[in-house]
Amino acid sequence: MKFEDFVCFEATIPELQSTDRDGIIAELVSALVQAGKLPSASEAEITKAVIKRENEASTGMGKGVAVPHVKHPVVDDVLAVIGQSDTGINFSSLDEQPVYSVILLISPPDNPDRHLRAMENIFKHLQKEKFRKFLRQCQTPEAFEDLLKEADENPSW
Amino acid sequence: MQAGEETLEKLVGEVTVEIKNADGLHMRPAMQFVDLASQFDCEVTVSNGKTDVDGKSIMQMSMLAATCGTRLKVRAQGPEAETAVEALRELVEVRMFDEPAPEGQR
Repeated sequence: MKFEDFVCFEATIPELQSTDRDGIIAELVSALVQAGKLPSASEAEITKAVIKRENEASTGMGKGVAVPHVKHPVVDDVLAVIGQSDTGINFSSLDEQPVYSVILLISPPDNPDRHLRAMENIFKHLQKEKFRKFLRQCQTPEAFEDLLKEADENPSW
Repeated sequence: MQAGEETLEKLVGEVTVEIKNADGLHMRPAMQFVDLASQFDCEVTVSNGKTDVDGKSIMQMSMLAATCGTRLKVRAQGPEAETAVEALRELVEVRMFDEPAPEGQR
């Protein structure tokens, strides 16, 4: 499964405004609503659900990245949005370092395999230092899109 | 330590496990796996036949993203290797990461 199959590029936030974890999550969910990918009536509920999941166990797995996510019937297929913060956010990460790149994911509850395919792709690239470095360098939504599409075409770099 | 001293015999353990919970090896089970594996004095490697990952790395274990029904080979090397593989097998196949089996199998 490629990034372009599930990432909403129009919703990308190159410079997140919030400085705290829950604010970031709200900002990213809001971006998906504004991009027309989520109904605005569900915005508060989904934001709360992502935060609840994040409270159960941090998705900040170190190296400055976090993958907050939730399974919710409002989506038919996996949907993701990317945001980045130059200042860094406290996500209670495993390595106790700030998070700079956030990929928020919403998956349909009745299709666990789709969620896993998306996660596989996300983690395959996020664990490469080069990819994380290029990600940090993206300043515009177009730059993020170009990088992710290039990663899709070159899964082994 | 004297030169030429025998190195400690490395104990090994290996088991093939099948993912049985409906949602597969998503991030939460992956974390449970890593948390458990990290408690043992040994190296842990997990393989899906295509890729080998470090069983103590959440980033790598999450990348496996094994679906329900997938078989994984768990290998451990070190003093607690045998205890480790048995504990991990129990987490994956018996406790099923404390998650439900697929509908129709409950």
